[in-house]
Amino acid sequence: MSAITPSPAAPLANRYSGDSVAGGVRPSGMAAAWMLAKREWIRFFRQRNRVISAVVQPLLFWLLFGTGLQGSFVGQGEQTFLEHFLPGTLALIVLFTAIFATISVIEDRREGFMQAVLVAPVGRWPVLAGKVLGGAAIAWVQAMLFLFLVYLFRAAPFSASVIGVMLLLAIVAVAMCSLGMIVAWPMDSTQGFHAIMMLGLMPMWLLSGTFFPVAPLGGDAGIGQTILGLIMRANPLTYPIVELRRLLYPGVDFAASGFAPSPVICWAVSVAFMIGTSLIAWRLMRGSRRADLVA
Amino acid sequence: MIIPFPKSAQAAAIVCEGVHHAYGERAALRGVDLRIGAGEIFALLGPNGSGKTTLFRLLSTLVPVQRGRIEVAGLDVAVDPLAVRRQIGIVFQSPSLDKKLTVDENIACQAALYGLSGDGLRKRRDEVLAQLKLTDRRGEFCETLSGGLRRRVELAKGILHRPQVMLLDEPSTGLDPSARIDLWQTLRSMADEGISVVLTTHLLEEAEKSDRLAIMFEGQVIAEGTPDSLRGEMGDGVISIQSGDLDGVESTLRQELGLDPQRVAQELRVRCADAPGMVPRIAQTLGDRMQSISVGRPGLEDVFIAKTGHRFD
Repeated sequence: MSAITPSPAAPLANRYSGDSVAGGVRPSGMAAAWMLAKREWIRFFRQRNRVISAVVQPLLFWLLFGTGLQGSFVGQGEQTFLEHFLPGTLALIVLFTAIFATISVIEDRREGFMQAVLVAPVGRWPVLAGKVLGGAAIAWVQAMLFLFLVYLFRAAPFSASVIGVMLLLAIVAVAMCSLGMIVAWPMDSTQGFHAIMMLGLMPMWLLSGTFFPVAPLGGDAGIGQTILGLIMRANPLTYPIVELRRLLYPGVDFAASGFAPSPVICWAVSVAFMIGTSLIAWRLMRGSRRADLVA
Repeated sequence: MIIPFPKSAQAAAIVCEGVHHAYGERAALRGVDLRIGAGEIFALLGPNGSGKTTLFRLLSTLVPVQRGRIEVAGLDVAVDPLAVRRQIGIVFQSPSLDKKLTVDENIACQAALYGLSGDGLRKRRDEVLAQLKLTDRRGEFCETLSGGLRRRVELAKGILHRPQVMLLDEPSTGLDPSARIDLWQTLRSMADEGISVVLTTHLLEEAEKSDRLAIMFEGQVIAEGTPDSLRGEMGDGVISIQSGDLDGVESTLRQELGLDPQRVAQELRVRCADAPGMVPRIAQTLGDRMQSISVGRPGLEDVFIAKTGHRFD
C-alpha cells in the first residue's frame, strides 16, 4: 500500500465526525476533573494505612498533649489545653490529609500516570481541580469524622455554629491542598516534599495559634515575643484557627484576652488564602513544562 | 521535496517540515522533514540520543514546537495542540497506568479525559477490551497484571477515543517475545483500520517489521523508506574483514582491488555488487594480514553504518 494513500477501510470523513465517540469530541474539563477527584478518593480509601494515620495521629496528639499539658496551661478564655488544642487538631488532620493527597502528584509523575493526563485534550486546570478538590474532600471528610467524635464525647458544646466550622474547614482544606500542590508540583522526589513539609508546612501550622496562643506585641512582651507575635499575625492560617476556636466554643469570650480579630477579618483572610494559593498553584502548573518531562 | 497531496490524505498524515529543537544549548533535532500516511506502521529508528524521543514528544504535544512545522491529522500542533490531542493516542515507554485501580477504572479515567461517557463509553470499552483480549481481566488491579497485559491495557487506553494516529515510544520495552508478537499483531490490526501507527525504537529487528521507517542520527533523518528499499540500496551483500593492521588492509583494498571499505569499530566493511564472489579475491590478496572475513546480507544496521560510519548501538 502506498504510504500516503488513506486506507479505503476507514473513510476519513467518518473518522472526523458522525460517530459519538470519534476522536473529534471535545472533552469536558469538568468531567475530567470529577474523574480525577474520584480517583483520589478511590486510591485514598484503598490504602487503609493512609486513612488511619491521617486521623489517628492527630487524635493521639490531641489526647496526649491535651492530657499531659492539662494542669500547666491556661489558654485564651480560661480554656484547658485539651480545649485550646482542638481547632489545631482539626487543622492538623486537614493538613496531613492534604499533604498526603498532594504528595501523590509526585508519585503520579514518577509512576507515569501523570504523563497520560498531561497529554489529554483537556488542558491543565482539570488536573489541578481534580487533585485539589479530591484531596480537599478527603481531608474534609476526615475532619468531619473527628468533629463527630468531638461532639459525641462532648469535648465541645454542640451548636448551630457547627455549620460555620464545616464551611471554614472546607476552605482550609482547599487552601492546604493548593499549598501542597505548589510545593509538590515542581518536585521530582517525595524526599524533597518531606523537607519542605518539616521546614515550611509544620512550622506554619505550629505558628498559627494551634499549639500556643498568638504571642502579644509590644508593651510588656519581650523582643522575642514580639517577633513571634508578628510572624504569627502574618501567618494566614492563624485567622481560620481563631475563627474555628470561636465557632467551636461560641460561649467563650476570646476577645477579652489575646489576639482575636473580628470574624469578618478571619473569614476574609481564609477565603483570600484559599484563592491566593489556588491561583499560585494554577500559574505554576500552567507555566511549568519542565515538570512534564520528569518521568 | 514536497509532493502535493490530496486534501484527505494530507489530513490523515503526520507532516513535519524543518523541525528543529534544542534543550538549552544542546540541539536535539536539526531539521527533520517527514510525511507519514494513514494506515501505515512507521518506525523512528535510532540509537539513544538520536532525537527520536524528542520528535515523539513534539508529536505528542508534550513539548512546544520551537522551529519548523508539525501537522497531525491536518492540524497544526503549534496552533491547536488540544485539537491535535483529540486525534492522537499515546503509549509511553514508561507505564501510565494507575496500579491501584482496576483495568476498568483505568479506562474510565482515560475516557473522562477524552470526553467519553455514558452508553458510548460502555460500548466502546467493551469493544476495546474484547479487541485486546482483556475482557476477563477488567476487574483486576493493574498492579497484579503481567508486563504484557499492562502494555495491552495501555494500548486499550490509547485507542479508546478512536485516534487517527497512534504514537508509541519504545512499545516493546520490557516485553517477552510472545508479548511482542501480540503487540505487533495489535499494531497491525490498528493500521488495517486506517490508523497511522508511529513508534520509536532502538531495535533493528523491530524496525524491520514496520511498513516504512526513518533512521535518525544526531537529530536528523539520515534514511527513509521501506525496510526492503533501504536494504536494497546496500547492494547484495556486505563483507566484514577483521585484521590487526586495519590501515594497511584498507589501503590495499583501495589500491589493488578498487574497493571502498568503511572502517567501523575494529573492522572494515565493504559493500559491493557481487559480495560472495569478491570474498575469495580479497582473501587471496590479503593473505595472512586478515584474521577473518565474512559475508552477510545487508540489514538496517548496514544502512546505518553506511550513512554514519558508526555502529548502531
